[in-house]
Amino acid sequence: MTLPAQSFGHRQSAHCESGVMSALLTHHGCSLSEPMAFGLSASLAFAYLPVIKLAGQPLISYRMPPGSIRRGLSKRIGFRMKTERFRHAAEGTRRLDALLDQGQPVGIQASAFWLPYFPPEMRFHFNAHNLLVVGRENGNYWVSDPVFETMHMCAQKDLEKARFTGGALAPQGLLYYPVVPPLSIDYPKAVREAVIRNMRIMTAAPLPVLGLHGIRYLGRNIMARERRDTPHRLRLFLAHVIRMQEEIGTGGAGFRFLYACFLQEAGELLHNDLLLDASDRMTQTGDLWREFALHASKMSKEREPMDTALLNRLLRACAEQEQSVWRRLKDL
Amino acid sequence: MKTDHVPQDNSPTYYGHTRLLYATDAEGRYRQVQSTGWEAESDATMLALDDQRRQTRCAWEDARAGNISPLKYYMLRQRMDLASLAQAVGLWQWRVRRHFRPAAFDRLDSGMLNRYSEALGIPVADLCRVPDSAALDIWLDPAQERCCP
Repeated sequence: MTLPAQSFGHRQSAHCESGVMSALLTHHGCSLSEPMAFGLSASLAFAYLPVIKLAGQPLISYRMPPGSIRRGLSKRIGFRMKTERFRHAAEGTRRLDALLDQGQPVGIQASAFWLPYFPPEMRFHFNAHNLLVVGRENGNYWVSDPVFETMHMCAQKDLEKARFTGGALAPQGLLYYPVVPPLSIDYPKAVREAVIRNMRIMTAAPLPVLGLHGIRYLGRNIMARERRDTPHRLRLFLAHVIRMQEEIGTGGAGFRFLYACFLQEAGELLHNDLLLDASDRMTQTGDLWREFALHASKMSKEREPMDTALLNRLLRACAEQEQSVWRRLKDL
Repeated sequence: MKTDHVPQDNSPTYYGHTRLLYATDAEGRYRQVQSTGWEAESDATMLALDDQRRQTRCAWEDARAGNISPLKYYMLRQRMDLASLAQAVGLWQWRVRRHFRPAAFDRLDSGMLNRYSEALGIPVADLCRVPDSAALDIWLDPAQERCCP
């Protein structure tokens, strides 16, 4: 007998949630790349909410909130997902085991801090990490965590702890799997809808802290922080921005390269030059974000004198460049 | 970003792992490229971790001197803050803050200690005492350490 774990095709991805969705659908016979999963879910975003603090630092996000890739994708390409949450850990483990015994790979939400295969430096209390469980063997699970190169073995009690930890965005044992996988995807319709929806998120957000306005707001706020904060706190804040942009598995430049890849893939599939042009522009946006991160990092390490006006200018350039992408896509 | 510009800086924070990035090749086509790390990113991580360690060390010194309970030291060591610990154990923040006082912490019953022990992943016996040397990195279950290269 071959275990489902051995036959499951593990693929490394840039981001956890889009990687899980891409692997799940591909497993069910509907081949979908990671950038496609990300792009079709319309999850590219920017949000800077200084009022909401996580671990003492303001919330900065380059994507829509956790769960939106899963929900957005199933809505856009029309397939049913079953999601379940549990009150008791034992109940959640029983259900997971039952699904695995049916040969069903299961997507789960878990805390990155309690997953034993994470290197210590990457263990933070982030409760919305997504991964796949693909089989079980002698009280251990085979997990296919898309941000790693290979599959891992995880003890039952460790996984249970990671699935049922408390705190912000507590996973409550969330597990999900497609009930009716899509037979085919109507790409012209799905791509158009997804791009237009994403354009609204980035350009027509109702609050000045979201979308393109949010990027400019971050630039202004960094300058304000220099006047208000101690140099040490400002350096820690810059480090926090860089980590949210690069460290948490974004495919580079806060998902901008991932989205550019989606635009390219969609443009080639639909023979649409407009999408290809938008992809080039989005790549340039990503390069600007990387430049911002490089300068911010050097300043926070004191290898370069602190120059918040420069960071502000770089962020404004990012916003300008991104605006040109969406202006182009308006004619889609 | 071009594929040959993808940084390969062997970041210590990656522990020999790689991360997947998307970059364009000479023809401008997107490719998946594995990266061993980027200095800008690992510098940021190290800065945040150093600050965490500094705070943990202060808490350890305070706890050794008997000014605060070991709870605060272990909270910081496990990379939590007041808000997240309070949420994880299901208490108001002021109650957790109260338990940072040695007098209040010493009076905790075993039920409450178990809740803290569960949330922090530290056995009750260890939770009640301050270690002799200032261990600043996260407390791992001995059974788990083999997993980390």
